[in-house]
Amino acid sequence: MTDIDTRTPALEVRDLSVVYPASGGRGPARAVDGVNLSVGQGEIVALIGESGCGKSTLARALVGLVKPTGGQVLYQDTPLDYSAIALKQYRRHTQLVLQDPGGALNPKQNVYDAVALGPRLHGLTDRLPETVRNALAQAGLRPPEDFFGRYPHELSGGQQQRVVIAGALALNPSVIVADEPVASLDASVRGEILKLMLRLRDDLGLSALVVSHDLGLAWNIADRVAVMYLGRIVEQGTVEEVLLRPQHPYTQALLSVIPSGAEDWRPTLLTGEPPDPTAIPAGCRFHPRCGRWAAASADERAASGCDRRELPVLAPDASAAACHLLSPTALETA
Amino acid sequence: MSSRPALAEPQTAEAAGTQAKARTGRRPLRLPRPGYLVSKLAAAVVSFAVTLVIGFSLFNLMPADPVRTMTRGRPVSEAELLRLRVQLGLDKPVWERFLDFVNDTLHGNLGYSWEYQQSVASLTMDRLGPTLLLMGTSFAISVVLGLWLGLRSGWRAGSLFDRITSATALTLWSVPTFWLGMILLIVFSVGVGPFHGFLPTAGMSDPTLPQTGMTHYLDVAKHLILPALTMVLVVYAQYVTIMRSSIIEEIGSPYLLTARAKGLMDAAVRRKHALPNALLPSVTMIFMHLGTLISGAVTVEAIFSWPGLGDLTFAALKIPDLPLLQGTFIVFSASVIIMNLLADLAYRFLDPRVRDQ
Repeated sequence: MTDIDTRTPALEVRDLSVVYPASGGRGPARAVDGVNLSVGQGEIVALIGESGCGKSTLARALVGLVKPTGGQVLYQDTPLDYSAIALKQYRRHTQLVLQDPGGALNPKQNVYDAVALGPRLHGLTDRLPETVRNALAQAGLRPPEDFFGRYPHELSGGQQQRVVIAGALALNPSVIVADEPVASLDASVRGEILKLMLRLRDDLGLSALVVSHDLGLAWNIADRVAVMYLGRIVEQGTVEEVLLRPQHPYTQALLSVIPSGAEDWRPTLLTGEPPDPTAIPAGCRFHPRCGRWAAASADERAASGCDRRELPVLAPDASAAACHLLSPTALETA
Repeated sequence: MSSRPALAEPQTAEAAGTQAKARTGRRPLRLPRPGYLVSKLAAAVVSFAVTLVIGFSLFNLMPADPVRTMTRGRPVSEAELLRLRVQLGLDKPVWERFLDFVNDTLHGNLGYSWEYQQSVASLTMDRLGPTLLLMGTSFAISVVLGLWLGLRSGWRAGSLFDRITSATALTLWSVPTFWLGMILLIVFSVGVGPFHGFLPTAGMSDPTLPQTGMTHYLDVAKHLILPALTMVLVVYAQYVTIMRSSIIEEIGSPYLLTARAKGLMDAAVRRKHALPNALLPSVTMIFMHLGTLISGAVTVEAIFSWPGLGDLTFAALKIPDLPLLQGTFIVFSASVIIMNLLADLAYRFLDPRVRDQ
């Protein structure tokens, strides 16, 4: 499950940044601020972070809905071209699945039209009923014909999300970018949808980037995990590496709140200001909330440089954490 | 998988159960329900019955003595007054008069105007044409203009276009109709300073011109400009406002993002996805306006002496010509009730969510 495809990644971003212009008396927001990330063929990558860390912006940039202010999005090693025609072509291959399936479906469209939207847009109307039927079946809605004439309000949340996924599958994409795909679903339905995504990966060889704030979800479906904090990826690696042997204090804090059942279980609660992309701290962006920094003596602080020195951006598929307190080599070269 | 600790969510066991439940709990086919139509029709009939009661009470229980009103300003004998009372049926008891009134109304007999010495039905028919011409024209322009402007401003809320459109619409909406009508009349018919008025001041056509053919149509069109313009300026803002807010409500909807992410161009997203959903509140308003179309705009018709139903009502009010008022009251109410019924039915076609209620 964890042997990562090392051939050409399906989707990759290099040094990506997205800055939203200043508004309402606040400075420009650096939502995504230097990110390297790659999703291999048939690989599921979980992008984890708390709300406001830029993970949704990154997801939107990946499907071309947000134009990056810096860096590149590469689809199968080709940089994304933002001309209307090229973008439309690209959107056949990369599909977005959103958090709220009820809202993601047009209330006036029945299931058939919702699933047929993509193929119709791209002129793939030969044997359209069959495409729709297959997509619905692949998404686990059987028998598909029973769902053709239904409207979103007649479906349960899980069924709605399956329709959304079927709408994505109808275009036969190679990558799915799912932004909190199960956050608004019941716990039981959540399991079903995750199982569906795993099956699609196994059967169709789909790659997926799953954005979530939920570590349990990453554990269940992801091959690799990237943890994002304030526009940067602070730690990434295989699921086992990141979730069982977390290196970065932020990842450790996130994981510590999951009850372990052990006698001495004690969560590390993050304190301090919630991250604000309009005011990114100097040096390591996490240091104002970092437990290790808070516990360090004045000498250690001076030596580490957490509050002054920028951290390097992690390489796309490295297993690494960006933390001054972890990398003595970085300290020496500074 | 088994080597991993218990981070995982509850997953497989419940999954199968929910799936089975979700399937069996749904009916496979949607059948049309005649019950809906029947219930809406029944509601409309009840509304009309209430209208009849109110219409009758309003004009029969008024303190003014109709016979005195009719004979106002001329000497009459007691015998003549009595004869008139019998002729109008005023000597009968109230309940009998009410039953007569209901019976007459249901047979299309809306009473007999004292002032015009003509049946109310034929008077109404005479005035219906001009009213529908004026109201229909201004209504169509208002809806198209209002919805288009509202759509554009809502889509780019806060833009210069939006600010200009919204401010203009709100200003015109707040202006009193009679004042606006008068200003337009003064500027375009009478003329201000060096500017000479070139549009007719009153009526629907010039009596000195032939009343048929192309000349007549052009003449009517020329007379139509000012009253129609006044109506449009007062009414279109409602459509701008309602359309703008519905679009702003829709614009954040994830399904628009979905459509865009699948490769739909912005203009098509607006037209094919946002517009149909945002149109629903406007449809309600369109039908409400349609219902009030034939009652005309009393103010505008009075200002421009437009020979329509509003003008007729205004004249009847001044006298007061009770049978005429009663008759037009019934006609106007019936029109609103019918349009509401149509709106309810149209909603079922337009919004799948209403279909199952």
